[in-house]
Amino acid sequence: MIVVAVIATVLIGSAAVLALIRLERGPSVLDRTVAFDVLTTTIVGAVAVEAAWSRRTESIPILAVLSLVGFVGSVAIARFVAREPEQTPPDEQGGER
Amino acid sequence: MTGVEPGLWTTVADVVAAVFLLLGSFLTFTAGVGVLRLPDLLARMHAVTKPQVLGLVLLCCGVVLRVRSWTAVTLLAIVIVFQLLTSPVAAQMVGHRACGRGRPRARTCRCATWTPTPTDGGPLRADGALRRGGRPQREPRGRGAVRAPTRGSAGTP
Repeated sequence: MIVVAVIATVLIGSAAVLALIRLERGPSVLDRTVAFDVLTTTIVGAVAVEAAWSRRTESIPILAVLSLVGFVGSVAIARFVAREPEQTPPDEQGGER
Repeated sequence: MTGVEPGLWTTVADVVAAVFLLLGSFLTFTAGVGVLRLPDLLARMHAVTKPQVLGLVLLCCGVVLRVRSWTAVTLLAIVIVFQLLTSPVAAQMVGHRACGRGRPRARTCRCATWTPTPTDGGPLRADGALRRGGRPQREPRGRGAVRAPTRGSAGTP
């Protein structure tokens, strides 16, 4: 089980690093929102792997709270982008690859 | 905590839980690669959707098979149901805003078929997405060329 936990942790950690690179590099706010979703999902997966490895149920409410917070965060960012349409042209022309 | 004496079925549950955990973490890694490598926003959203649903379900099933308590089953069922309810909402909002901002796809892709309609969100039409000249393929030249022979062929016989 320790081998499985190490492999799963390495995979999830590398996914978090890749999502962080996109979060830093992303051309627009929505790209960063998507990368933030991936980061939240990786944190949820890491907590799940920890709970499965140590057979404890104390970590499991953190999963529910993290999925709630991730949803609220992405929806709030989407609404915020919709409320400020004046910043879109310089953001798109300057940042697109 | 488990309350079950170790035996054959606990070993089977541990092995199945290990397989589920590996599959779920691999899907999460796939999402990380996709969100970094794919060229535009909609493709990245496509890559993100898999670990949010299938990967989370696999990881939660792995935790349930490993922990084996009813508290974990209840909480993880709540997590799965909540994620299934909220993931399409968040993806739809992000995609809608991306389309409202005018150019969700990269320049290399010329297959953007989204056409804004008057009922497609009132405040989004004010942001210049309809007036910007960056999407010449939005002109409905295909519709007239397709519908006119259809109408003629339907009336001829």
